[in-house]
Amino acid sequence: MAKTHAVSFKLNGKPVAVEVEARELLVYTLREKLAHTGPHIGCETSHCGACTVDCNGMSVKSCTVLTVQCEGAEVLTVEGLERGGALHALQQAFHEQHGLQCGYCTPGMLMRAYRLLQENPNPSEQVIRSGMAGNLCRCTGYQNIVKAVQAAARKLAAAPAAA
Amino acid sequence: MIPPSFEYYAPRSIGEALSLLTKLGGESKLLAGGHSLLPMMKLRFAQPTHLIDLNRIPDLRGIRDEGAELVIGAMTTEAELIGSSVIRNKVPLLAEGASSIADPQVRYRGTIGGDISHGDPGNDQPALMLALDASFVLTGPKGQRTVKADGYFLGLYETQLAADEILTEIRVPIPAAGSGWSYQKLKRKTGDFATAATAVLLQMKGGKVARVAIALTNAGSTALRARAAEAALTGKPLDEANLSEAARLAMSICNPTPDQRGDVAYKTAMCGEMTRRALQAAAARAKG
Amino acid sequence: MGESAELTEREQKLQGLGTAMLRREDARFIRGQGTYIDDIKLPGMLFGAIVRSPYAHARITAINKAKALAAPGVVAVLTAEDLKPVKLHWMPTAGGDVQAVLADEKVCFQYQEVAMVLASDRYAAYDGAALVEVEYQELPAVTEPKQALSPDAPVIREDIADRKEVGHGPRTHPNHIFTWEAGNKAAADAAFAGAAVTVREEILNPRVHPCPLETCGCVASFNKATGYLTVYVTSQIPHLFRTVLAMLSGIAESKIRVVGGDIGGGFGNKVPIYPGYVVATVASIVTGVPVKWIESRIDNLSTTGFARDYHCVGELAADRDGRIKGLRFTALADHGAFNSHVSASKLPAGLFSICTGSYAIPNAYCRVDAVYTNKAPGGVAYRCSLRVTEAVYLIERMMDVLAQKLGVDKAEIRRRNFVKPEQFPYTTALGWTLDSGAYHAALEKVLKAVDYEGLRREQAAKRADPNCPTLMGIGISTFTEIVGAGPTKVCDILGIGLFDSCDIRVHPTGAVIARLGTMSQGQGHTTTYAQIIATELGLPASDIVIEEGDTDKAPYGAGTWGSRSTPVAGAAAAQAARKIRDKARKIAAHLLEVGDNDLEWEIDRFKVKGNPSQSKTMKEICLVAHTGNIPPGMEQGLNAVSYYDPPNLTYPFGAYLCVVDIDRFTGETKVRRFYALDDCGTRINPMVIEGQIHGGLTEAFAVAMGQQLPFDENGNHLGNSLLDYFVPTAVETPRWETDHTVTPCPHHPIGAKGVAESPHVGGIPCFSNAVIDAFAHLGVTHMDMPHSAWRVWQKCQALGVNKRAGS
Repeated sequence: MAKTHAVSFKLNGKPVAVEVEARELLVYTLREKLAHTGPHIGCETSHCGACTVDCNGMSVKSCTVLTVQCEGAEVLTVEGLERGGALHALQQAFHEQHGLQCGYCTPGMLMRAYRLLQENPNPSEQVIRSGMAGNLCRCTGYQNIVKAVQAAARKLAAAPAAA
Repeated sequence: MIPPSFEYYAPRSIGEALSLLTKLGGESKLLAGGHSLLPMMKLRFAQPTHLIDLNRIPDLRGIRDEGAELVIGAMTTEAELIGSSVIRNKVPLLAEGASSIADPQVRYRGTIGGDISHGDPGNDQPALMLALDASFVLTGPKGQRTVKADGYFLGLYETQLAADEILTEIRVPIPAAGSGWSYQKLKRKTGDFATAATAVLLQMKGGKVARVAIALTNAGSTALRARAAEAALTGKPLDEANLSEAARLAMSICNPTPDQRGDVAYKTAMCGEMTRRALQAAAARAKG
Repeated sequence: MGESAELTEREQKLQGLGTAMLRREDARFIRGQGTYIDDIKLPGMLFGAIVRSPYAHARITAINKAKALAAPGVVAVLTAEDLKPVKLHWMPTAGGDVQAVLADEKVCFQYQEVAMVLASDRYAAYDGAALVEVEYQELPAVTEPKQALSPDAPVIREDIADRKEVGHGPRTHPNHIFTWEAGNKAAADAAFAGAAVTVREEILNPRVHPCPLETCGCVASFNKATGYLTVYVTSQIPHLFRTVLAMLSGIAESKIRVVGGDIGGGFGNKVPIYPGYVVATVASIVTGVPVKWIESRIDNLSTTGFARDYHCVGELAADRDGRIKGLRFTALADHGAFNSHVSASKLPAGLFSICTGSYAIPNAYCRVDAVYTNKAPGGVAYRCSLRVTEAVYLIERMMDVLAQKLGVDKAEIRRRNFVKPEQFPYTTALGWTLDSGAYHAALEKVLKAVDYEGLRREQAAKRADPNCPTLMGIGISTFTEIVGAGPTKVCDILGIGLFDSCDIRVHPTGAVIARLGTMSQGQGHTTTYAQIIATELGLPASDIVIEEGDTDKAPYGAGTWGSRSTPVAGAAAAQAARKIRDKARKIAAHLLEVGDNDLEWEIDRFKVKGNPSQSKTMKEICLVAHTGNIPPGMEQGLNAVSYYDPPNLTYPFGAYLCVVDIDRFTGETKVRRFYALDDCGTRINPMVIEGQIHGGLTEAFAVAMGQQLPFDENGNHLGNSLLDYFVPTAVETPRWETDHTVTPCPHHPIGAKGVAESPHVGGIPCFSNAVIDAFAHLGVTHMDMPHSAWRVWQKCQALGVNKRAGS
């Protein structure tokens, strides 16, 4: 039986505790031990960004982080964006601006956009495009994703409590 | 997809990390940002028995302004470099170079120390360090030594860092006021390693180049300092003839590895082109 | 006034045809609650990891499972030997060939499947796979299709050495698969012999890969007690998959259920039936527990359905005014090691004969010679119908080549050759009947929108300026593509016709459930089919639930690929809905005590002609249909199923224009502008269409500007991960400008043609034409894709345009 480590962290605001081998990647812990299948796997070379989550206030590719490295961390996944039955402005904007088609890149896009808008609440199109350059999409051509992030930025600026 | 098993350690101090390194020896690897090492482990190209995680050591973080130099903890992330107002104001070349590395998520984890230590000629920090004439503080069981960036990079995945040492700090001389700077990176797409890239730091005086440092990324088995090109430019104006000569001299020391980014001819020509553009951009920023 | 507003309000409530209705599928995706294949977890599930060959061509001399079997968590290691008792070590392909499921004595492409390790979790499975020891004896590899046919070429398919035919016609060499021709060679040759002008160009369509963001995978679950097999799988063709499984496994098709759930992109990559699926299924049948197999990205790029690899020669013959008199297009097709690409059985080269494009060409001939090489099998894939990208690329490139030869403007050469509006329906010299088109109008609209004359003037000025650092190019593509496979007399896979179906049930309270034989992988079917039915039935789309993908529930269909959902299943949906409306009319007439013909239909209700206050809404009729108050002899309910065998394929078309500026010194191409006008006939949801155009153009951009699957001479992959395979980010991807015209399809119930692949098919030649146009004034007639900075720079270098004055 391989050696395991006990790791405790917060997932979408709730404390969780898992037993993992050192080599277990955060994305597999989230998906298979903690039943959060929002983060997706699209590659094994850390290029596609479909696994992006928010960890300690930073966008990270959860396929390139060991769960053992997350002791005490605050992890936010797409499942945590909706609060009290109300969609986050980004989720609503992706829907209204048709910023998704197959939906596979969407959780990673949303989580990266979430942090991007914290970094820069009023990003230009160029800043959005380079700010989302770690997330690949094959369906949308990015144009409506950019529109969605811009729409969410406007909405959040108008009503900061929605952030 | 799945890395093989290994033992994991998360020391809380440099001393603890060094003890582990000494004790566990050659089967161990240091884990910094993890975005070079973990992908290699997932593909089973690297299979260390032990992983020593440096992320929990506070002494390896932080940026200090010591007047003539900035002292940067080796575990400072690329994102922290870009976000640091002291770096943006005093060593903007470093912020520009860091911005060209990979993508936002990778930059939140990737560290300046890791990028330097990996010894990959495709990494961007080595050339930036050469252009800035930086030094590296290496800490081992017997104490610290400071080694200049120039001469630190020995070959593919090979640096002066001994097996029982950790790169703990990077010391960057603060460029003189009015310096010009630029990092020009040609890549197939954003986030890719450089097809060719050049870092330039220069000072102009009376329309002529007073001092210039030119360093090349991915043009050989290590980052390269283009000293002949520098010498040819010093004291000269940056006109077409001198730019071309500098580019030619930079190209003359290139020995790039052909791959899907380009063959030797293309990569060499692009080294010349990036050198030219970096010099022009740096001069445009310079005051003097 | 009030009446008109009331009509509008009733129409808007339906959110039917033509509405930019927001998508119903979004609700789960934006919450991360999609159910993709790797989200599925069943009790007792094992995980399968495949052991793959490092060599492109080798004999297997030994396989040692001992270390793997001893590893913790490993339950079994399957090889071809283990599949032989159930005769599944080979499987038949849609192309009349056989394909190794697990390599039997030799491997024929790098990364070919050799064994599958079954373990209790994926970590143990990968560890186990690393411990399987396979000994190989390397053989020389064939990587170039021309090389494959040389007399001393190594024989790849020793297993079919004595087969005289593989799917189509006599084989002339052990590495030859088939030769297929269409048209009239003698007439074409005569046209060339008598032509004032001829042009010839060798044109490569390189091997690329659709690379959907989600890789392929399955969870196979066999229940030993009931003998029932369930397979969850990333398949664009669930019903055909089920039929093939029945044929392979011997299990009754009624005891097999295939479920396509949420699929993270397909683009044709998820049509083939991969060895991984078959082995996982066998493993589940043998062990009686569910088995999951999910491939890695490298596996996906290296072994699953690639696209193109057509080595073409294009020839056009024309008169002095550039009116084309003859066309001869041939292709040497590299199919890889097995002929497993999915194409209709009578069309081994797919719909390549659409290569006369939008033009009235009186004499045409085309031929495709397909060969085996030591590369992954496939060829038909990537957002393109069957080989339509290859065909359209060739004709659109050759139009530019002809224009340059004659010194005629590239828009003008097209005008002179377009099929004219009054010629539709137009039967091409290669046998396809184009349903409808308005090519001149589409092109004029685009040229006007971009100020084409102004762009050409700008280009001329830049060409005259020696200091201009960029080369400006203008690319035009006026494509017609052929989608919606297809009429069963022409289109079948393994004998099963490519019809499709829709089964509609209307509930008493006016809600509807409709099930279809297609399979969305992001196209928005839950929304768009509901819109079709909403307009037909006069019931709100928001109350219409659409289901696809579960073969236990959905009526038989051929799945979603080649833009066939709207043309075929969309038609079935309209037909089924009309059957229901016809029945509803009879009920309404009965209730209103008038004859059927005394009623007229208005949006959502039947009104008595001449007495409009007498009406019955569809909603009211839904309830009545479930009571006794229906015409005598009529059965209750409002249900219908329609199986639609299309009378023809459909022919969406478009006019695209691209402006590029090429950096002379680095070879980098910047797309300054891309204007895309599409005509897909009736437009169901403009928002969904626009999204498809953006996505298709982005994939076209990727293909034209950087994608390729390169190999070395030993058949080793040189760029099979996302490190090298060019998938553009938001930074590289241009902004797209979209426009449209509407020329309905005359043979489709709602006049719709399908659209999602047009931007890919039409976009690729547009980008390519733009890049080459940038060099046209220097005598360049063609440059092969991909137009990466490196390759474009090589052209700049060869032409000397990257020299600076004074250096």
